[in-house]
Amino acid sequence: MTVASEGTYDEFAAAVGEYDVELTRVAPDTATAVIADLVEGPAVGAPLPWEDATLPDGVTTDPTPAELDAAVTGVTGATLAVADYGSVFLPGSPDGAEPASLFPDLHVVVLRERDIVPDMATAFDRLGDRLRAGESGVLATGPSATADMGELVRGAHGPRDVHGVVLR
Amino acid sequence: MSLDSREAKAARIRHLLETEGSAIAENTRGFNQGRYDAVADLEDYQELREEARAIKEDAIERLPELIDELTERVEENGGTVYVAEDAADANRYVAEVCEDADAERAVKSKSMTSEEIEVNEHLESRGVDVVETDLGEWVLQVADETPSHIVAPAIHRSRESIAELFDERFDPEEPLETAEELTMFARERLLEQIKGADVGVTGANFLTADSGSMLLVTSEGNARKTVTVPDTHVAVAGVEKVVPSVEDLQPFVELIGRSGTGQDVTSYISLLTPPVDSPTVDFDDPDTPVTEGEVDREFHLVLVDNGRMAMREDDDLRETLYCIRCSACSNTCANFQSVGGHAFGGETYSGGIATGWEAGIEGLDIAAEFNDLCTGCSRCVEACPVEIDIPWINTVVRDRINREGDDGDLEFLVDGLSPDAEGGTDGTGGDGTPDRQKRLFGNYETLAKLGSATAPVSNWAANAAPSKWFLERVAGVDARRELPPFRRQTLVDWFRAREAEGPRDPDRRVVLYPDLYTNYTLVERGKAAVRTLEALGIGVEVPAMPGTGRPPLSQGMIATAREKAESLTDALAPYLDANYDVVVIEPSDLAMFREDYANLLPDDGHEPLADASYELLEYVYGLLENGADVEALSTATGDAASGDGRVAYHSHCQQRTMRLEEHTLAVLDELGYDVTTSDVECCGMAGSFGYKEQYYDLSMDVGENLGAQLREADAEHVLASGTSCTEQIGDLLGDEPVHPVELIAPGE
Repeated sequence: MTVASEGTYDEFAAAVGEYDVELTRVAPDTATAVIADLVEGPAVGAPLPWEDATLPDGVTTDPTPAELDAAVTGVTGATLAVADYGSVFLPGSPDGAEPASLFPDLHVVVLRERDIVPDMATAFDRLGDRLRAGESGVLATGPSATADMGELVRGAHGPRDVHGVVLR
Repeated sequence: MSLDSREAKAARIRHLLETEGSAIAENTRGFNQGRYDAVADLEDYQELREEARAIKEDAIERLPELIDELTERVEENGGTVYVAEDAADANRYVAEVCEDADAERAVKSKSMTSEEIEVNEHLESRGVDVVETDLGEWVLQVADETPSHIVAPAIHRSRESIAELFDERFDPEEPLETAEELTMFARERLLEQIKGADVGVTGANFLTADSGSMLLVTSEGNARKTVTVPDTHVAVAGVEKVVPSVEDLQPFVELIGRSGTGQDVTSYISLLTPPVDSPTVDFDDPDTPVTEGEVDREFHLVLVDNGRMAMREDDDLRETLYCIRCSACSNTCANFQSVGGHAFGGETYSGGIATGWEAGIEGLDIAAEFNDLCTGCSRCVEACPVEIDIPWINTVVRDRINREGDDGDLEFLVDGLSPDAEGGTDGTGGDGTPDRQKRLFGNYETLAKLGSATAPVSNWAANAAPSKWFLERVAGVDARRELPPFRRQTLVDWFRAREAEGPRDPDRRVVLYPDLYTNYTLVERGKAAVRTLEALGIGVEVPAMPGTGRPPLSQGMIATAREKAESLTDALAPYLDANYDVVVIEPSDLAMFREDYANLLPDDGHEPLADASYELLEYVYGLLENGADVEALSTATGDAASGDGRVAYHSHCQQRTMRLEEHTLAVLDELGYDVTTSDVECCGMAGSFGYKEQYYDLSMDVGENLGAQLREADAEHVLASGTSCTEQIGDLLGDEPVHPVELIAPGE
């Protein structure tokens, strides 16, 4: 596993900035507190797929449909990110990460800095084996958007705002 | 086409220009500019296009084996694949899936293939409520309209008209006004529909044979909800969507958003290996955690043939299957920008590539309804991310439409005796010959020869009221256009008769190709070209030459064009053998040599001429770069009556596709001129197009975009490189522009 260089992080930060996505870069052991600050309740989520970072107490995992419907914030992990596009890969796993990242207005997406790859070619090299192993997911770039009503509006069917938390 | 149908078509186009034109123009031109900006940011844009093209070529070549591999993978993953022969077959299968699921409601994300098979109507007739969840598609469903654009289906509607529609249909408590309010209203309503849905229907932009995965390009999030919420997912996709591997998706992901709406990438690229692992969200059971119990999903992939496998066997239509439905060819098309997909489209697809789709899927009769709207300007060729020769597909289909009614077995005989055989008597075509209008313009060479021989009488006659009435009635030449006057002394005659001699010991020798327009009508630009080249030390010859075949090719008369290509190539061969360069003034004729002859001549027969030919200002640029004396020409500050040196220049569409606008600009700049350029894709005249009665209004609407830019430039001189552009700008500004060479040529 290669560690992302400083340049890769900066490029990712600049790219997501184009979509008004803010990033907070944290040490894994402070992630829980930082996420808790970002979350506006009620919040739902899926367990982060790494051992060294956990969700704050206020985030309901294994939500019911009613909780999904009422949630203002969804917190889920991304397992890959693409620096030059500012994209994150949100796995569609059995733990319900996909609906938790999709229904609420604010999506707080957590990712590890080492999972940021420089470009799409590298990203697809990694995604190939994952998809062949049966995985699904969404390469998401910025919030949900539409121009179908005459001008650009954010928050069409999916989240209106996205905030990234990058674990060093 | 008969007089009545020409008039009906003109009326239909006028109606669309009035009702939908402004929204279409604003949106498509925005997308088109977005594309220019977005691809400029992509360092390896050209490499990605070539890679994408190669992947598609390979995939279509190996399609049957890839479909087998895909089927195996999807079934291993727990899904089902159904290859549907046609629309009815696909609809029957989807209806069965819905019936098995006891479905009362299906929610859909946007899919052109499902529009093609009209699955909504079929399911509705079987008692399934179908709800479009893409906001644009939903607007159309509410309004009972069809898409006007393959990516942004409601592009013909303004925010105001959507607000009116919603107010009228839903009577909301507070009237809806802003795009934000309209979006939130739709989001809430559609969420309620998604919550109770039993089946989710999507398309697929790509399918990967090695993993059984599908890729969906979206921005709103409705496709994600459509896939996630219900437990049954049906994906409807054309068989051509299969690529070999997941890694092959990368160039397409980088190209599709940029090429279409000018976004680097859309908000969501769903990469699904269905049935997906995400838990379903059952809103009828609101208090049970979604993760409780096993994920139990059904997935059905419906691969639609509907004519595609036959297109794969068709050497000319095959390329259509490489199309990734990005909409670049729509957005970059000057005619589409004015009138949109409701005129420039068939049953389902719209824009330049639609001719291929509709001809292959629906048949020639549907393609014939809009195929004329492609003028062959070629701007879509450089916009297409998979490098499809869209004008050629349009030309081939036009040729087939012209020939409809031919006995296929005898076609080769007719071809041999008389290319694009004439003989239709009712002027409507349909008897195996092009209609009168097409034959008139296709035989421009004969017309020009006759016209010149009898000028000026022929010009008075052609533009006199009774003749104009006759031309309009019989051949559909719009009476509001002045026909370009033919000159009694052609360029070739003048050159032969002149006393001046060229340089004694020329550095190079050229054949200045006397294209039909320069030779018979715009003779001055030819004389200026001779003076310019000779002043730069070049030996010039202007021999009588056959036409290039551009006029018949534009009318879809391929056999005639091919015959012209062969005789001109033969006529020029001795000059090429003697190392002459061929210099061409008319950009559309140079495009024949460089691009179209590759389609008309066997093997690589076009190459020697393509390699030896140059656009006039490209050639001048090369001479100046190689040390020719710039002072030999008329500079902005020289004696010539060049005023303040400000010029407005409209480059020709095909010239721009050949990337030859820059050479003219560089020469003008070197000579001290201050140049403003137009950025419109095409002048709207496009050869014979603007002369045709049924397209006059559209041609003028397209032209007005150019006219406004030229007026705003308020320059001393207006320059244009092409003949059509010259005629069109003359009509728009009331004063004909000149060719750049007429500005820079030394005095006589």
